[in-house]
Amino acid sequence: MLSFILRRLLQAIPILFGVSVMVFLMVQMIPGSPLDLLLPPDASPQLIEQMKEAYGFDKPAWQQYLLWLWQLLHGNLGYSIFNGAPVADELFDALGNTFVLAIPAAFTGFGLGILLGVSAALSQGGPLDKLLSAIAITGVSLPHYWFAIVMVVIFSVNLNWLPAQGMQFTGVPTTLAGFKSMILPVITLSLIPMGVVARVVRAAVLEVMSQEFVNTLHAKGLWDRSVLLHVMKNAAPATLAVMGLQFGYLLGGSILVETVFNWPGSGNLLNLAIFRRDIPVMQATIIVLAAFFVLLNLIVDIAQALIDPRIRR
Amino acid sequence: MTSYAKDTGSEFPSVSSYRDLKVQESPGYWAMVRKRILRDPVTLISAAILLVIILSAILAPVLAPYDPYVGNIMTRMKPVGFEGHLLGTDETGRDMLSRLLFGGRLSLIAGVVPVSIALLIGGSLGITAGFFGGLVNTVIMRVTDVFYAFPSILLAIAICGMLGTGLFNTLLSLTLVFIPPIVRISESVTTQVRNLDFVEAARASGAGSFALMRYQVLPNVLAPILVYTTSLVSLSIILAAGLSFLGLGVSAPAAEWGLMLNSLRQMIYIDPVLAALPGVLIFATSMCFNLISDGLRSAMDVRLKV
Repeated sequence: MLSFILRRLLQAIPILFGVSVMVFLMVQMIPGSPLDLLLPPDASPQLIEQMKEAYGFDKPAWQQYLLWLWQLLHGNLGYSIFNGAPVADELFDALGNTFVLAIPAAFTGFGLGILLGVSAALSQGGPLDKLLSAIAITGVSLPHYWFAIVMVVIFSVNLNWLPAQGMQFTGVPTTLAGFKSMILPVITLSLIPMGVVARVVRAAVLEVMSQEFVNTLHAKGLWDRSVLLHVMKNAAPATLAVMGLQFGYLLGGSILVETVFNWPGSGNLLNLAIFRRDIPVMQATIIVLAAFFVLLNLIVDIAQALIDPRIRR
Repeated sequence: MTSYAKDTGSEFPSVSSYRDLKVQESPGYWAMVRKRILRDPVTLISAAILLVIILSAILAPVLAPYDPYVGNIMTRMKPVGFEGHLLGTDETGRDMLSRLLFGGRLSLIAGVVPVSIALLIGGSLGITAGFFGGLVNTVIMRVTDVFYAFPSILLAIAICGMLGTGLFNTLLSLTLVFIPPIVRISESVTTQVRNLDFVEAARASGAGSFALMRYQVLPNVLAPILVYTTSLVSLSIILAAGLSFLGLGVSAPAAEWGLMLNSLRQMIYIDPVLAALPGVLIFATSMCFNLISDGLRSAMDVRLKV
């Protein structure tokens, strides 16, 4: 098991390296100079040169890349062009705000998804299965940014129960108003994971139930509940894999929901950085989110191997 | 022994009676798929709804009662059912029905074009990687792994944010997003097929690599790849509309569902029904594509492990 973990850790290194190259190349594709934002239109050539030198944009691309990577490996994510502040401070605050939504959304979405998927599989072909599968496919097909608006219309505009936007606390919610401001974003975010997990769980449970060992378990007189336990354990690796991916999407894809609810998370930060053409913030946000995603997949692989020894190879 | 031979000889019909029998061709895989789809009401209904949406987008210039880009300042923000405007008017007095009809064009293009191009590129790369294995496989799949390290929405937003707004950049970024998953699926199904006996047999009779891929491998991996790809179309529509919603996709005053949703967002306090209309269409279209994909999956009897 230890050698499996080590091997997977080593495999993650070239991927992270590739990610860093890709993020850097993407930034190189940006038309125009990254300093256009800072400099007045009538800036003198000397001033432009001076600023380029200060930010390191005068060096050839490969040197810029190595310098950036070197700083990155030392935990320095660079400084914002927009306000000169260290990107790390801003980014980790924003990431905290994203996690505050993503974690409850993951619990809600995964919990409901597993419940829906297992219930649908156990009533395969029946009316309950049809209803639950319809709910699951709706969750996958809904444009969640639109669903968010619809919920704001119902619960904020018409019923006036919940705030339409904004984060009414810092860190973790302690007041009722804080909790209330979380409800709509969390429900919106949990929608897609619920649909995807329900569909995968249903397929995985049906697949396992069609295997012969399930007949054997029934034949030797095991209770249905114990049989279900065996089935669930065998369906777990596929479920875990999709849950890992979905949690990554909750972090990286929260940008749309954060925009609707004006939530100061990492998605909002990235959106702002894009419109301000603030390259260091863009680079840092994308690479940190991608690194989280790689780490998450790593954890899922290890968890899968813990449950199912066949995966260790 | 002799009696046995004599019996069988007498029991077989003569050659002449064979000629009267009609040759029955086996229905074949695709005929079976068609038969199953025709028996599946959910898939048929979603296909019909989708057809209506596609036709109304194509026929938008004929069907639309007004110019989708010209508004009348006197009739702004009129509700659904307002005289002369069946679905009301938007914040600058443009006819909603006309804009929704024209909006379907961009949204459908943004759903289908990136996925189709990604299917061509990703499918070829994946089948090549799976078929040849070895170094070719390693190079293609490791590059794919790097793309896979980005959540799809993040990748689309990042590329679009870097390249700037516009339809072409939206299509380009979405194409790049959908290539890696299609490469993965194609590679995994091709790897399962490439060592089967019939491929070996064709190889032994002298077929070259291209012929093997085209005539032996491709027909056997097409179904799962197609089923998987159709499920991406709905995601592509949602993502493309999402990009315009953020202001990163097509820019105003284009009629596009995501962009309309964004500009009508300010109106939710005035007329929520009006503001919700473009979203209903995004939802309906993506739901139809998802249901059709599910129908194809069960009709083609495909089991996908993504």
